[in-house]
Order: sequence, then C-alpha cells, then structure tokens
Amino acid sequence: MSATLFYLGIGAALWLLGLFGLLGLRDTLRRIIAVNLMGSGVFLVLIALAARVTPTDPLLQALVVTGLVVAISATALALRLGGAARGRRGG
Amino acid sequence: MAEWLLDGTLGLLLLGLAGGALLAPSLYAGILLFMAFGLVLALVWARLGAPDLALAEAAIGAGLTGVLLFAALARQEQAEAAATERRPLLAAALVVLPLAILLLQGLVPSLALAPDLPDSIRSHLPDSGVSHPVTAVLLNFRAWDTLLELAVLLLALLGARQLGPARFAVAAPWPLLQAWSRLLAPLLVLTGGYLLWRGSHAPGGAFQGGALFAAALVLLRLAGLLPALRWSSWPLRLVLLIGLLLFLAVAAGTAWLGAGWLSYPPAWAGALILAIETAAILSIAFTLSLLVIGEEPPG
Repeated sequence: MSATLFYLGIGAALWLLGLFGLLGLRDTLRRIIAVNLMGSGVFLVLIALAARVTPTDPLLQALVVTGLVVAISATALALRLGGAARGRRGG
Repeated sequence: MAEWLLDGTLGLLLLGLAGGALLAPSLYAGILLFMAFGLVLALVWARLGAPDLALAEAAIGAGLTGVLLFAALARQEQAEAAATERRPLLAAALVVLPLAILLLQGLVPSLALAPDLPDSIRSHLPDSGVSHPVTAVLLNFRAWDTLLELAVLLLALLGARQLGPARFAVAAPWPLLQAWSRLLAPLLVLTGGYLLWRGSHAPGGAFQGGALFAAALVLLRLAGLLPALRWSSWPLRLVLLIGLLLFLAVAAGTAWLGAGWLSYPPAWAGALILAIETAAILSIAFTLSLLVIGEEPPG
C-alpha cells in the first residue's frame, strides 16, 4: 500500500510539473513535452490506483494502453500544428 | 528495504528527468532527457505490475516520441535561444503550488476504496474468448473504446495531412545504420507478430505489436531502405482504414444478427478478436509511421 501511495504522489507531482512547464515556458516544443509529462502523470496515478488490489486491476491498465496510443497521435498532430504556426509567423 | 530503494530511485529519477526535460538550457538535451524519462517510466510500469504498458511505453514513449521530437527540432530553422524568463515561471509556480494541496487531498482517499470491477472482469473472463484480462477488456468488454481509439488515430493522421507535406528530410544513410537495420527490422516484425499472438493469453497485443511494427518501418525509412510511403497508392489507404473498417463491420454484424452492438457470441469471440487485432495492428503500424515520418509530397 505504501508503494502505491508513493507512486500516486509521484504521478501528481509529474502532472503539476507538466502544468508548471505549460504555463511558464514559451517554446512550442517544450510546451508539447510539458503536456506529455502531464499525460504521463495521469497514467501513473491510474496505474498506481490499479496496483492497490492484487492482481492488478485490468480495466485501468487497458485504459492507459489506449491512452498511450492516443497521446502519441496527439503529440504528432501538435508538433505538425506547431511547425505550421511557426511557418505562418515567418520564423 | 531493497524495494524502497528501488521505488525511491525510480521516483526521483522520473521527477529529475522530467524537470530536466523542461528546464535544460538546450532543447536538444531536453529531448534526450525526455526520451530517458520514457524509458524509466517503462521500468515503473513493470514495477507496478503492468507489463502490457511497459512494452508499449518502451516502443512508443521512448522510441517514436523521440523520433517525432527530433524531427520537429530539425525542422526549426534556428533553435530558439532558450530565453527562460523568470516572471512567467514564478507566476506558474504560484498557480501550481495551491493546486498540489487540492490534488493530494482529492487523490489520497481514493486509495482506500475497493473497486469491484476486477472481480466482475474475472468472473466474465471465460466468456470473453481470451484468457488475458487486459486484452479481454480492450477488445471485448470495452471494445467501444478501442474502436473509437482507432478513429482518433485516423483523425490525427487526417489532421496532420491537412497541414501539407511534413518535409521529413532523410539524411544520407550511414553504412552501419543500414547494416544494423537490415538485421533489426526483421527481428522487430517477428517480435511484433509474436506479441500479437501472445496477447490472447499473456501481456501483449495489437497496440504493443503495432508500435514495434511502426518502429521497424521508421528504422527502415531512416536507413533509406524503404521507398517513401505515398498517400496516393490505394493499398496504403486500405491498410490505414482496414482496422477501423473491420471493427465497424463486426460491430454492425453483431448489432444486426447477434446479441447487440459489439457483444460477440462466446463461441466466436476468440476468432473475432484475433481478426480484429490483426487488422488493427496493420492500421496502427502504418498510421503511427506515417505520423512520424510523414509522406513524400507527390511528384
């Protein structure tokens, strides 16, 4: 139980760190990394919650497997949008 | 004691690498640290008893995201000087710190709740057609989610296509990379196929296998051994669509002839899941690799 609590805290800290980066940094690539860190924090909270029962809760694991694939496709789209916006600004 | 040492090291590494990825002075170092973060996260998934996720994270989080970010970095004409200003960072810290207290207050009580879903999943597992609970959830109990996820992948690809060709410049391939990728790509495809087959009774499945296939495609493209993927060729379009189409066909078939939308007849469930997964692995692999390496502009 205590390891679960520990990883729950780490997940929350990662989410907050990502939010901090998203709000405080200006560079597009860093902001996309920050959003990814927020996503990883959410996944970590979900999996920590899945590990509170033995054997591990398969529903939450399946949700996170889905989430990983959605996260990378969203990242790819965000990077393309960022590139297009930079082209528009003429930089 | 040893467990605490492992947990503490992994947790601190995660936070340190994440902080480094955001605040490292050069963007290049930031991306490298983010890839390392993905690998440590894969270890954490394995530690928390989620090997399915560890497999997917190692291929997606560390591999494909890294290629994506480096390609985007290469497209930035001049890497913007990291002008980290103090004021926005301080303001962000002022927003984040009170949120931390609220968040922990909300999260900690949820640890004490005992979910009843795992028991219900275990009791229905024999009817699902597979014996691995995660695969059963993904492709039977919550197949709707997976169907929509394939739609999300397709939408992301269509959205990226609207922005024009990606200008993924492949540098002159390096002889050692070519030699290695000739060896690695078949191994990746073999492992991906094995993961797909294994998914019915042990950790593995279409997403993990698809990510490995995509990694093999990206590797071959980087080594200059694969011709550019062209959107205009109809086999490619068919492969991109087949996962979603077959899934929709099964859903419509079960709604029309069987018990209802996406509730498979138990005798057929295993075969249907394998067919859907095989179609989905192809669609996932090609969609991901098109998202990562883009396609050649026509002409």
